[in-house]
Amino acid sequence: MPAKRRNLELLLVIVACGIVGAAIALVELGALGHIEGTVLLLGTSLGVLALAMHVAMRFVAPEADPLILPVILVLNGLGIAEIYRLDIANHNTGWGASGVRQIAWTAMAMVIALAVLVLLRNHRVLQRYRYIAMFVGIVLLLLPMLPGIGATVNGARLWISIGSFNFQPGELAKIALAVFFAGYLVTARESLSMVGKKFLGMRFPRVRDLGPILVIWLAAMAVLVFQHDLGTALLFFGLFLVMIYVATGRLSWVILGLLLFVGGALIAGSALSYVQGRFASWLDPFNPKVYDAIGGSYQLVQGLFGFAHGGLIGTGLGQGSPNIVPLAESDYIIASLGEELGLAGLFAILALYMLFISRGLRIGFAGQDDFGRLLGVGLSFAIALQVFIVIGGVTRVIPLTGLTTPFLAAGGSSLVANWIIAALLLRLSDSVRTQPGLIADR
Amino acid sequence: MSRQIKRVTIAVLLMFLALFTSTTIITVFQADSLNADGRNVRTLNASYSAERGPILVNGQAIAESVPSNDKYKYQRVYSSPDLYSPVTGYFTLNQGNTGVEGAMNSYLSGTSNDQFFTKVKSILTGQTPKGAAVSLTINPAIQQVASDALGNNTGAVVALDPKTGAILAMVSKPGYDPTQLASHNTNDVIAAYKQLLADPTNPLINRAISGNLYYPGSVFKLVLTSAALDSGKFTPDSVFPNPLTFTLTGTNTQINNAEGGNCGGGATVSIADALRLSCNIPMAQLGAALGGTEIAKYAKAYGFGQKLSVPMPVTPSIYNVGNEAQVELSSFGQFDDRVTPLQVAMTSAAIANGGTEMQPTLIKDITAPDLTVIQPFQQKIFAQPITQATSATMTQLMVNNVNNGAANGARISGVDVAGKTGTAQNGNGKPFTLWFTGFAPANNPQVAVAVVVENGTSFGNTVAAPIAKKVIEAVLNK
Repeated sequence: MPAKRRNLELLLVIVACGIVGAAIALVELGALGHIEGTVLLLGTSLGVLALAMHVAMRFVAPEADPLILPVILVLNGLGIAEIYRLDIANHNTGWGASGVRQIAWTAMAMVIALAVLVLLRNHRVLQRYRYIAMFVGIVLLLLPMLPGIGATVNGARLWISIGSFNFQPGELAKIALAVFFAGYLVTARESLSMVGKKFLGMRFPRVRDLGPILVIWLAAMAVLVFQHDLGTALLFFGLFLVMIYVATGRLSWVILGLLLFVGGALIAGSALSYVQGRFASWLDPFNPKVYDAIGGSYQLVQGLFGFAHGGLIGTGLGQGSPNIVPLAESDYIIASLGEELGLAGLFAILALYMLFISRGLRIGFAGQDDFGRLLGVGLSFAIALQVFIVIGGVTRVIPLTGLTTPFLAAGGSSLVANWIIAALLLRLSDSVRTQPGLIADR
Repeated sequence: MSRQIKRVTIAVLLMFLALFTSTTIITVFQADSLNADGRNVRTLNASYSAERGPILVNGQAIAESVPSNDKYKYQRVYSSPDLYSPVTGYFTLNQGNTGVEGAMNSYLSGTSNDQFFTKVKSILTGQTPKGAAVSLTINPAIQQVASDALGNNTGAVVALDPKTGAILAMVSKPGYDPTQLASHNTNDVIAAYKQLLADPTNPLINRAISGNLYYPGSVFKLVLTSAALDSGKFTPDSVFPNPLTFTLTGTNTQINNAEGGNCGGGATVSIADALRLSCNIPMAQLGAALGGTEIAKYAKAYGFGQKLSVPMPVTPSIYNVGNEAQVELSSFGQFDDRVTPLQVAMTSAAIANGGTEMQPTLIKDITAPDLTVIQPFQQKIFAQPITQATSATMTQLMVNNVNNGAANGARISGVDVAGKTGTAQNGNGKPFTLWFTGFAPANNPQVAVAVVVENGTSFGNTVAAPIAKKVIEAVLNK
């Protein structure tokens, strides 16, 4: 009964559009005192795109998971509403407004996601291109280091800048590397898991099998040292460790990897002042010395003030002062939402993420082929880890690192990448329900 | 593979659990301290755009927020700044708050924890958030009389209900107009503030409770005498030698009684007569005989050196134990003795209330915008410095002081007024600090009062006592 799943999706997409429309209207009522047509109209065009995507899926992915699209629509829409709210506070209009750009990026991301769904009818094709994916991933990851096009923004060199066009290629590298890890590990897991010496009750790999993990580790360290981006390094390495664990069932890989990463980060941290600064801000943010230092805890503490001001139920959309926090629309979008929607809103957002991730992990449990299962788990874990790293950083669970909050934060590269991930998960979930043999021949 | 995925799922759940926990800790358990952090401008901003609650005296607003047309939505206005500036203090946009405006800011701005459900309700019903109304114990008629009686003198008047601790009047002069500090133009506020700060008469200081402490002079003899009687070592009839001059022990410094001569003419003088005539020499001898440590114990019991909020913080009064000569000097309120008028009024109030000293307060009650009482009047015992028997004896001595002694300037026909004057020296050639403190009626006290006048050239009995008399009359006639 494919129609049943799609009908549920249709219903939820309409609900999601309603929630987002209401959020934008509340932002205008709260911050302006009246409803203005423009942004709502632009938002409506996104709703139309979402419906188009839904209709297309009735044909190209009829069995796809019905919850993924509505959940990311709500997250993306809440992000737009809050970014728009910050535009109002900062008096940004037209193309100078991040909210308008975010809507345009969302539209582009949705079109790209739809293209992925239409063009990629069988996910196993990706397995064939695993080494190309590796190459693409590493190039994307290291691209910002190239002189001429690499750009340093807020102390981290993770952007490329060509003319007025800025892009964070690391976001796309996330997908390429997940594809590579899945493809490589499915073929190589025999040798990575069967042989090796036992130590402390765990079977450790042979030295000559350590090649891949060392390469990935070096890449992560390069990102950490040369791009000043602890968050991205942590994300890729964590993704790799989880995927190798799922593929081989060997906890020893995780332990080995964590030792390597922590060791490397400690050595790098003792030499890199920005890592030390992050740790000082994390441990003692209210110390006036740390607070007033350049690159100190000012932003972190102002974010905490925002959360506290929001309290349990928030100030209401458009009625707080989230614009006080630096980068309120990107890295600190969750603090902005926390201030205006309160703990209740934060819990709802976290629950939406959990729902999205759980739909991805389901593919891992129910999938027919190991490549697809591994890819599904890897992509959803990447989102989970990213959410943890960024929100955990803002709320002082871990030191603050500059990653984008998936779907919420302002930024085109992040949106495009995450919508592609959503498209891949939709494709995978569709394959789970369809006979694998039939797809392979299609 | 499923086993591993199950474990990954658990790891993801734990990661999210950490986020649920961290956000809860921040928004629930740390919220109060984060909101109170001085670096948090949101709390300030919120307190301007919400309708701040009024400060009420007898149901009338002496400070309230009225709608304004600028971005802060409300303007703070003060109806009788001359009369109430020391009590209300000022409320500025971001340059700090004082007085009740400062001490009760969380209630007035509606951000206190007690107002949580009110806040929820106003959000749900779409009303603009509103702060609570703070009602004061001040009686406007008494406040007016006290202010008029003090006139153009620099000084302060405090009147307390000795049975409850309610502050009936609190006047400090000169005052200022807090309206000029409530301007929404920060530059104007800073300019006005600098001007007030540079004013040599220190109008921003509430002389009744803070600022530079005063020499108590002879009003300290109440503490000394009650300590002596309460210790059981002395009675009002205990006598001391009565010379014309007295050399402080171990020094060549000679002291006199305030009006020269000896004390009442006899060879010896009783404690009762020494207090009635306010003689320094017998009091110095009494202080030395009782000992500085014992005096300090009673001074502390009366409130000297102790933290106190009414709810504005009160500067603690001082009694230091020195060597014997210094104990003799401090026995009549010189040396290191320093007091606030409120502490002096509290001392009288303790004697008036059978030795039980009530915690003084300005707060009558706090009511939410929907008129539910958030905090009713809180009557609290502050201390029990002396026994009931001592208080009865002290009352009698103080009544004699007014009827037939050095404090006759506060005499009211038909009413027994208990009182004590003081004329404190501030150093050679400097003007005096003039005092009166007391209570009435002696058999059923309704009011305890302290009056201080700075830059005096005559005596407490001729300047301060008549002011106190008018305040007491206002209370008894109401």
